[in-house]
Amino acid sequence: MTRIGVVIFPGSNCDYDAASAVSELGATCEYVWHSATDLSGFDGVILPGGFAHGDYLRPGALARFSPVMEAVANFAADGGAVLGICNGFQVLTEAGLLPGALQKNRGLTFLCQPTTLIVASTRSVLTCAATKGQELVIPISHFSGAYTCDDETYEALEANGQVVLRYRDNPNGSRGDIAGVANEAGNVVGLMPHPERAMSTLLGSADGRVLLSGFVSAPVDVH
Amino acid sequence: MSSSPEPLHRALGLTDSEFDDIRKVLGREPNHLELALYGVMWSEHCSYKSSRIHLKRLPTEAPHVLVGPGENAGVIDAGDGIAVAIRIESHNHPSAIEPYQGAATGVGGILRDVFTMGARPLVLMDPLFFGRLTDARQRWLVEGVVSGISGYGNSVGVPTIGGELTFDDCYSSNPLVNVLCAGALPTERLVLGVASGVGNLAVLLGSSTGRDGIGGVSVLASAGFSGDDGAASLDDAKRPSVQVGDPYEEKRLIEACLELLDRGLVLGIQDLGGAGLVCATSETAARGGVGMDVDITAVALREADMAPFEIMTSESQERMLAIITPESWAAVSGLCAKWEVRARVVGHVVEPVRDHDGNAVGMLRVRRGFEGEVLAQVPAASLADQAPLYDRPRQRPADLDAVRADDPTDDEPVGSPNDDLLALLIDPAWVYRQYDSQLFLNTVVGPGRDAALLRLAGPGLPPSRRGIALSTDSNPRWCALDPRAGTALTVAESVANLACVGATAKAVVNCLNFGNPEHPEVMWQLSESIDGMAEACRGLDLPVIGGNVSLYNESGGSDIDPTPVVGLLGVVDSLVAPPPGWAWDEGDALVLVGTRTVPGPRPFPLGGTKWATMRARRGGSVPSFDPGPFARTVRFVAGEVAAICAGTASDVTAVHDVGGGGLAVALAEMVAVTGVGAEVGELLGHGELFSEFPGRFVMTTSDVEVFSARAQAAGVAWARLGTIGGSRLRVEGAIDLSVGDIAARRRDALEDALASAG
Repeated sequence: MTRIGVVIFPGSNCDYDAASAVSELGATCEYVWHSATDLSGFDGVILPGGFAHGDYLRPGALARFSPVMEAVANFAADGGAVLGICNGFQVLTEAGLLPGALQKNRGLTFLCQPTTLIVASTRSVLTCAATKGQELVIPISHFSGAYTCDDETYEALEANGQVVLRYRDNPNGSRGDIAGVANEAGNVVGLMPHPERAMSTLLGSADGRVLLSGFVSAPVDVH
Repeated sequence: MSSSPEPLHRALGLTDSEFDDIRKVLGREPNHLELALYGVMWSEHCSYKSSRIHLKRLPTEAPHVLVGPGENAGVIDAGDGIAVAIRIESHNHPSAIEPYQGAATGVGGILRDVFTMGARPLVLMDPLFFGRLTDARQRWLVEGVVSGISGYGNSVGVPTIGGELTFDDCYSSNPLVNVLCAGALPTERLVLGVASGVGNLAVLLGSSTGRDGIGGVSVLASAGFSGDDGAASLDDAKRPSVQVGDPYEEKRLIEACLELLDRGLVLGIQDLGGAGLVCATSETAARGGVGMDVDITAVALREADMAPFEIMTSESQERMLAIITPESWAAVSGLCAKWEVRARVVGHVVEPVRDHDGNAVGMLRVRRGFEGEVLAQVPAASLADQAPLYDRPRQRPADLDAVRADDPTDDEPVGSPNDDLLALLIDPAWVYRQYDSQLFLNTVVGPGRDAALLRLAGPGLPPSRRGIALSTDSNPRWCALDPRAGTALTVAESVANLACVGATAKAVVNCLNFGNPEHPEVMWQLSESIDGMAEACRGLDLPVIGGNVSLYNESGGSDIDPTPVVGLLGVVDSLVAPPPGWAWDEGDALVLVGTRTVPGPRPFPLGGTKWATMRARRGGSVPSFDPGPFARTVRFVAGEVAAICAGTASDVTAVHDVGGGGLAVALAEMVAVTGVGAEVGELLGHGELFSEFPGRFVMTTSDVEVFSARAQAAGVAWARLGTIGGSRLRVEGAIDLSVGDIAARRRDALEDALASAG
């Protein structure tokens, strides 16, 4: 059975939600405190949403110095599957594990609403079970979700198929409507929307299942 | 500022007779510190001295009530081994001065009240009342309050799933910011704020203590008490008394406290709210019948040289007081270190002393060092429970009969129903989009609907298929005309809202926002309102399990309209499918369920309606209310929806309560949300478009024969109004508007108003 570690920083708040979602998909889930230095034995690691270290300075800026981030970097370098959701995405960009950065939303307010995503690439541990062009209704809930990067990075992301999810109707001013990106190898993915909140039609959408079930069962080599 | 121009006790807000009471309790003259402790604890805010004799008239008991009023939060047994704690509070005055921090710290305070009971806070709701947005200051207040709730609530990780948004001139100088929190806990983990066991320790958890929120007591700084007259103390006196919140500190505090409770490391726990450390220590000691020694030198301070009265009364946020055994200290301090939460032993539980008559009296002793100098020594219970109670003079407003006689139902010109309907539409989405409404994966129906509906689940809870429903409701327009009937109708309206999501109402909490209790008219309003709430709750079999009274909501001698806010908690026994909501389909039959007219001379009263208020007509009388047919209708609607939530196939496709703005607004809201129009036949009169009275529901069904047979069998009135379909909302002879115009107007109303210049 797949073993997933869900990292908790002081100030994380979507840890329970992420763990509930992947457990429901059959994975074994364990919480990992941010002081941990060893992630061996896990098949995948999730950095959940929230406000790690209070988002002081800026989202993710302090979390990247938590001891666990060195372990996450090693885990990723060994090809382990890493998923950053919302604040976790911000942490991964601050840690340099994903390119680009997340800025404040275009409208300068927090936004919690459903969005429609389009799968732009299936070459990642998150989108491997989806089909290219597939539309998924998944909510966002963030203040700093406008993806940004320089031109060179943007072209490289496009060329390598690293843009994995785009917004159909860009809610926050993200460059190129980007909602989620992967690293070049496809084993590290970050996205601002919350797939763990879209696990059931009772809660409005079950479209997150296709993403998280892909992550839970992803082969480590996604090439 | 070398001396106060009046006696110190008066400067501290104590009357001469209260000062005499203190001398009697102590059998001597109080020192300045002791006087300060009484000053804050016997304030209206802490002691409820003007309202307590009236609040006693509310029904508070039911078999499912585990904790009633008087504790930090009310608690009910929701079934399946899960208890739900709920509390509502106001943060009106701080929000009027500093909207962001006022609203943010309101959220922080209510969360602590709930996790004090051992419950994990799961949802927040925010009823908000402002003046009209044509005034630039109101726009500043709205934006500040909403961003304060958003900034704190989202970060602390508790979803905000509903509330209310009201604009009325009476709140121009005195906005109301109420906040409700509900949480859940395994029933067996329920804890109370009690200090027990001589030799046990009182541990102050969380933030350091600063000079913020000292408020009225800061007069002591200028009364020479700090020992340093002149410029420095003048600065202190002018310090802002609005507290500053830190959601990150609160988040760690929540997790640390819940883990302490999970591991059985605390005996009692109490939040530090109004009146800070003196309140928490005296209340826990009084409840436990013990004494408490507090060492002020053990308190972690933000600033050097804080005076004892400042340390004892500071309202610095994000602090809790835990009672533990000395043996637990190592584990407690280790656990707090993990969460980066400060923990200091600031108190010792001590034996009560014997008074002259041999009675045991738990003393609160404030000391400099546990073995050091005693700075203050007062009976803990005298601070907590023995504030004088007042039966303040009450008087029916002299102009009330004239106001009621000026009824818009009788003579207000009809005007253009199309224009009126458009003017009444407002979608609060701009507000609630700024709140995380989904955390914990429970939100089945979120903000902007009749009531919120949630799965009853969360970290550490036993599995359950149940759901809980929550609604907050108020109608100051009704309550201004008749506080008793208006409050009763507000309770009914809340019950009707819960029925739309299939829930059976279980318990009420209230936030009673009123003007200055020293005005006899305001005391009359408060007393009448409490009677109205008591009558309605008795009639509907609802216990009131907690509440908050906010008085002195006045400015320039002018009181707000009486604004009792009802928070209602209900339960859905089986929640496996979402309720139908407002999503009607082409071809459905449109039905009005419930008694269609108000008995008496005015079948569709317009007094106190949004329609009349929009035309500056504030007179008239409130509709009469017949609880029998109302209860039958609500039971029928709740049953229809509950069956759908339980997974039963149904012909019912949409349900919406007819509330503020009346039938016309209810229909237009459904049009806007679905993008599908409706053809409605002629109504019984213009008044039916905009009249407001509880107990009517717009429902749609795919099989009107089957539906009407069920309504008939339940003894519930119903009427076919029309058919769903097309791209217009047409009400014969009255309204004809395109779906697009309705949706656009509703969507843009709030943002346009906020963006207006001036």
